[in-house]
Amino acid sequence: MKLNERDIRQKVKEGERHDGRDLEEFRDIEIDAGYINETANGSALVKIGETQVLVGISIDVESPYPDRPESGTIVTNAELAPMADRDYESGPPRGPGVELARVVDRGIRESEAIDLEDLCIEPGEKVYTVFIDVHVLNNGGNLIDAASLAAMAALKDGYLPEYDEEEGVLDRDSKWKDIELSTEPVTATARKINGETVFDTTREEEDAQDARLTVSIDQDGQVVAMQKGETEPYSSDEISQAMEKVREKTEKFRSLIDEAVE
Amino acid sequence: MGDEETEWFDEDGNRVDGRKADELRETTMEVGVLDEADGSAMVEIGNTRVIASVFGPQDLHPKHLQESDRAVLKMRYNMAPFSVDDRMSPGPNRRAQEIELVAKKALEPALELEHFPTAGIDISMEVVESDGGTRVTGITAASLALVDAGIPMKGMVSACAAGVVDDTPVLDVNGKEDKEGNADIPIATINRTDDDTESTEEDKITLLQMDGDLTTDQVDDCVSLAKEGCIKLYEQQRRTIMQKYNASEGGEQ
Repeated sequence: MKLNERDIRQKVKEGERHDGRDLEEFRDIEIDAGYINETANGSALVKIGETQVLVGISIDVESPYPDRPESGTIVTNAELAPMADRDYESGPPRGPGVELARVVDRGIRESEAIDLEDLCIEPGEKVYTVFIDVHVLNNGGNLIDAASLAAMAALKDGYLPEYDEEEGVLDRDSKWKDIELSTEPVTATARKINGETVFDTTREEEDAQDARLTVSIDQDGQVVAMQKGETEPYSSDEISQAMEKVREKTEKFRSLIDEAVE
Repeated sequence: MGDEETEWFDEDGNRVDGRKADELRETTMEVGVLDEADGSAMVEIGNTRVIASVFGPQDLHPKHLQESDRAVLKMRYNMAPFSVDDRMSPGPNRRAQEIELVAKKALEPALELEHFPTAGIDISMEVVESDGGTRVTGITAASLALVDAGIPMKGMVSACAAGVVDDTPVLDVNGKEDKEGNADIPIATINRTDDDTESTEEDKITLLQMDGDLTTDQVDDCVSLAKEGCIKLYEQQRRTIMQKYNASEGGEQ
């Protein structure tokens, strides 16, 4: 059933949602860390309601950038698989996929959760590259939160394989050490629908939203990344409120990640 | 061949992963794993795991792709970057394009496309983890997803590969046997159960590829072996569908 945008907007104004949730209530969240048995160097499948996002970590060894000879690299990529949504098509990532990858990336990068110098094998010669590949399997809405959660859980599940310096090869089957995380950024998105704040939107609710504000917060409560989306403006008060609400919501994410990994 | 001589069988005749020559890897099947798609399924064979989805029958655009007397199948095969040891760069490649083509031809003869003139049916196979046999696992999963989507079919398509290691035909080659063995022959067959006779005997091979170095007798042996594998997979596909849709088996209506 395709829900009418107007009905959704009207109900939200009255504090109601079509699936009976409160405006700020999340659907059930499941994290399956280590979902991929062998090929990935870390993985997690996250389900938020009907949304399913699979993140796999791959580790490679490459030459560092000339201007940062002692820094490894993080690369985040997102694929909106055509099976996830009737409207997705095959082909290189476009707007929404690229934004998803960049927002997930920014939370991790800007919180300095991964110390890039920790990824250095030999300055100027060899560094680890951490690929974070986001694979959206089913779009039931709220992809940014699901993908960010999956990325953090996958990194926490992840490890750096041993690099054989003499042979110059990566021994993928042997673990050298965990991917060290100095902090755990978690991300949630506040949505504005008809003047009300709504969290964890379904696909239909997203068609009816006016604006969204994604906020990533690290373990110390510092805000490390933000992204405003869609057309309606935010007032500065609304931004403050959204940050506070995200802070409340993300506390739960942290305990879910801890439960899922180890 | 690998760097060192691989012992393909131990003294009990067991393979590198402990299986007998004519044994499939542990296989799990599930239908209805996705909500957005009209039909979906996941098949896991050993460490190979493929999710398949079906959208349609639905409007097909642009119009010049339409056929006036039947539905048109569109096929996608994609490997997730983390589905292989050395990360796979995202995007289409020649291997994927060829698999899309042969997988489409493997499924098409089983589908009653004439019921849906001018429509399109989109099938998608996402390999989330690979240890050999991704195209056959994808076809087996796609067939389940087609049933889940309610597309009328003449029979179920089941697919698996046979190969030769150490001059012995083996069923369902894993990644190592595929890369280092003598041959790999993926096949797909159409199977159906006749309600009166409970017979599943059909002889319709809709996919056949081969690479390796074999005598014609060895090829014959591999094809027979792979056909037996397909029958076993078919039985499991059938059970999976029955469990989901047949109330008398305790499934959903």
